Amino acid sequence: MAKFNKKKSGDLPAISTASLPDIVFMLLFFFMVATVMRDSTLMVQNTLPAADQVQKLDKKDRVIYIYAGKPSSRYVDTYGTQARIQLNDKFGSVEEVGAFVLAERAAKREELQNVLTTALKVDSDTKMGIISDIKQELRKVNALKLNYTTRVGDYTQNFN
Amino acid sequence: MAKRKAPEVNAGSMADIAFLLLIFFLVTTTIETDSGINRKLPPMEDQIDPPIIREKNIFTVVVNKNNQLLVEESLTDIKELRGLAVDFLDNGGGSGEEACDYCQGERDPRSSDNPDKAIISLKNDRETEYKVYIAVQNELVAAYNELRNREFSRLNPNLGISYVEADLIYSDPRTSSDDKASLKEKLDVVKQLYPQKLSEAEPSKVN
Repeated sequence: MAKFNKKKSGDLPAISTASLPDIVFMLLFFFMVATVMRDSTLMVQNTLPAADQVQKLDKKDRVIYIYAGKPSSRYVDTYGTQARIQLNDKFGSVEEVGAFVLAERAAKREELQNVLTTALKVDSDTKMGIISDIKQELRKVNALKLNYTTRVGDYTQNFN
Repeated sequence: MAKRKAPEVNAGSMADIAFLLLIFFLVTTTIETDSGINRKLPPMEDQIDPPIIREKNIFTVVVNKNNQLLVEESLTDIKELRGLAVDFLDNGGGSGEEACDYCQGERDPRSSDNPDKAIISLKNDRETEYKVYIAVQNELVAAYNELRNREFSRLNPNLGISYVEADLIYSDPRTSSDDKASLKEKLDVVKQLYPQKLSEAEPSKVN
């Protein structure tokens, strides 16, 4: 029965690695698409409050971001625990907000300069005082479109 | 039984599978977008001649430094805020030219005349927490949206969508410009019926 004579060797054949590049490229492309670029590293705590009556903030090129909150743990030694404003990647004072917004606006394309929105990404435990100050500064430079960035959820999540 | 040599797996189609997956993810993944409550700040110029507003047309909401809510001078739980705001906006207590024929409220002469005159005044303390402020803003916007939804479904019963959904479709960049134009018309009508008149006072230091 020569037909059924099999080699006695037990070693497995090598698995083809020809498709490995494809898989790697696939992963690469996936992450390229799904990653949201953040142009500044967060230096403040930033747990956004929840709200459900929200509108989407499309078109990222029309948005100026202002962060506020308590400095995150590794900056506490330098900056203390009082709530601070973060403009781009450094802490700023209230007086600098106006100049920051004007500079950001000047950097945008001319046709977008009148349709800009300022997005306030503020930590939920921040006191309203600093936010009112920011709002006053924004009024001074006529940046009147405002968005309180929130995460989507029921408002009762804010009370615990 | 004798151990058989496993046949070599054909890897030729692996690339096809990989590309299939890649395209699948490309199509289904949406880049996360931020969302939040949109607001418009009042311009800095002071009004030379502030309009005279009658007391009954103002709905005052005060949040103090202990995050307590004072609605029309009485301590209120935030759960009741939406209902109270809806009642106030939808009251329609005016008569003659100020009458509101679409309002379904109680027509209490002590509350607002019509939605166009009704103003919600929000005041907070510097010590108020941001999350409470957002919750209050959220509930006030919800009150407007509730009324706008009702009017939108009443005026456009064949569309089968609410005001909020229509607004979402309108702001979606994928919507064709024809659809946008027709939606904008309908949305503007409802916006006119219940204009969002939310006034924010500058916060007080002591409350």
